[in-house]
Amino acid sequence: MNSEQIIFYILSFWFVASSLAMIFSRNAAKAVLFLVLAFFSAASIWILLEAEFLAITLILVYVGAVMVLFLFVIKMLNIDKSTLRAKFTGYLPLGLIVAVIIVAEMSLVLGANQFGLDVFSSPARHGADYSNITVLAMQLYTTYVYPFELAAVLLLIAIIAAITLVHRNETSRKKQSISEQVNVQAKDRVRLVSITSPSKEDK
Amino acid sequence: MELWQAFVQMVHTLIPWLDGTVASIFIILIKAIALVMPLMLVVAYFTYAERKVIGYMQLRIGPNRVGPKGWLQPIADALKLMTKEIIFPTKANIYLFLLAPVLAIAPAIAVWAVIPFDEGIYVTNLDISLLYVLAIGSIGVYGIILAGWASNSKYPLLGALRSASLLVSYEIVIGFALVTVVMIAGSVNLNTIVQAQQGGIVHWYFIPLFPMMVIFFISALVETNRAPFDVVEGESEIVGGTHVEYSGMTFAVFVLAEYANMILMAVLAVVMFFGGWHSPFEAIPYLESAFAWVPGIVWLLAKTTFFMFLYLWVRATFPRFRYDQIMRLSWKVFLPITIIWIFVVALMTQLELGPWF
Repeated sequence: MNSEQIIFYILSFWFVASSLAMIFSRNAAKAVLFLVLAFFSAASIWILLEAEFLAITLILVYVGAVMVLFLFVIKMLNIDKSTLRAKFTGYLPLGLIVAVIIVAEMSLVLGANQFGLDVFSSPARHGADYSNITVLAMQLYTTYVYPFELAAVLLLIAIIAAITLVHRNETSRKKQSISEQVNVQAKDRVRLVSITSPSKEDK
Repeated sequence: MELWQAFVQMVHTLIPWLDGTVASIFIILIKAIALVMPLMLVVAYFTYAERKVIGYMQLRIGPNRVGPKGWLQPIADALKLMTKEIIFPTKANIYLFLLAPVLAIAPAIAVWAVIPFDEGIYVTNLDISLLYVLAIGSIGVYGIILAGWASNSKYPLLGALRSASLLVSYEIVIGFALVTVVMIAGSVNLNTIVQAQQGGIVHWYFIPLFPMMVIFFISALVETNRAPFDVVEGESEIVGGTHVEYSGMTFAVFVLAEYANMILMAVLAVVMFFGGWHSPFEAIPYLESAFAWVPGIVWLLAKTTFFMFLYLWVRATFPRFRYDQIMRLSWKVFLPITIIWIFVVALMTQLELGPWF
C-alpha cells in the first residue's frame, strides 16, 4: 500500500464511522456534528480524486450554511423523545424493507460490475498545473450553459416560493419603517419646556 | 527565499534517512509553526494596542502598570487566564462545551495557510485559495453556535441565535463582494490576484471596486463580531453573549479566535484590494528605486496594520447598531449593491476600462 491508499482507507473509515455515529446518536445536535464530520471526510476523499473545487464547495455550502441552519432549527425545536420512540417497532419492518431495497439498488448500480477497473480504466493523473476549477468552468459555461442556467432559475423559483409562503398574512406582521426612523427630528420626540426655577431666597 | 532553500537543503543533509513524504511533512510543520507563533504574539499585542488606542481616543492612558508602559500586560493577562479555574455549568454538555472553543480557533488559524505574504512566501499555494478561505472561515460559526447551545443557559443561546443568522447573511455579502475581485483578476488563487495588481497604486483593485472594498470592510466587522456590530457579545443587552459561561482558558481561546479572525480579515482586505505585497511607490520615478530595498512582506504588514488600526478606530467612534438594522443593512442594502456592481464590473471588463482589465 502506498501512502495515498493509506490516507484513502483512513478517510473512508472516518466517513463510514461518522455516518453510522450520526444515525445512532440519540442527541440531535451531536447527530448534526457527526454529519459535518462525514461531509469533511467526503470532501477529503474528493481532494484525493483531484476534485478540489467540488470538495471546497461541499464544505462551503453544506458545512458552512446548510448544517448551520440545521443546528439553528434543532435549537428551536422541543423534541419529545418518548413520542419519537413510541412507534419505533411499528415502523421497523417497513424501514428494514426500504433499507434492503436501497442497499440492493446501490450495490447493483454502483457495484464492481459497473465501476470496476475492468469496465472503467483508472482516471489519468494530472500535473501540478492542472486547474480543476478552470476545466469545470469551461464545461459549465460552454457545453452545459443552458442546463446550468435552468438549475439556477429553478433554485430562484424555490426561494421566491418559500418567501411568498411565509409572507401570506401581511396583517400579522410588525414592520419598522427605517426611513421614518432615520428622518425623525428632535422636536418630534422631545418637547422642551422652560420652567422658571425657584430661587434660593424663596425657600 | 534563498535562505529558505538553504534551510530545506540543510534539513535534507542533516537527516538523510528522511524520504520525500516524511521530509515534506516535516517542512510543512516547520512552516506552520513559523506562521502560528508570530500570529499568537501579534494577537496578544493587538489586545494591548486596542486598550491603548481606545484609551487615548477616550482621553485615558490605558494599561500602564505591568512592565515599562504596560508592555507586559498581555503576558500577565494570559498567565491570569491560564491559572483560572474552568467552570462547567450544571447539566451542560461537557464534550460540546469544550469542543466549541476548539471549533472557533481551529479555522481562524487554518485559513492562514493560504495567505501569501510575499512573492513565494506562503505555507501552501492552493489553486482555489480564495474559496478555501471562505469555506474554512464559514466553519468558525460552529464555535459560537455550539458554545451557545452547550452552555445550557439562556443568554448564550440568544447570543448564538443572533450570531448564526448574522454570520450566515454576511457571508453571502462577503462572497459577492469578492466575486468582483475574482472577475477582474480572473483567478481564485490569492497569489495570482496579488500578482495581477502589480504596477503601482493605480493598479490596485480598491479604485474600480471602491464600494466593494467598503462593503467588505463593514462585513468583516460583522463577521468578527466587532463594535458597532457586536450583537453576539451584546454586553448591554444579553450580558456577554455566547461566552457568558466560559471562564479561564476556554474564554481566552474564544478571544484568541476573534482577534486572529480580525487580523485575517485585515490581511484579506490588503490582498484583495490593496495590492498585497506590492509597494505603493511602484512605477513612481525616484521613489521606486529609493524604496526598492524594502521586502514585500514589510509593505503587506504595514498595510495590514493600518486596517487593524481601523478596527479599533471604528470601535471607539460609532454607537452600536440594533439587530434588525444590521439584518436590513445586509439583505436590503449591501446585497443589491454588490449584485449591481457585478454587472458594472462585467461592463468595465467588456469596455476594457483603465489599467485593471
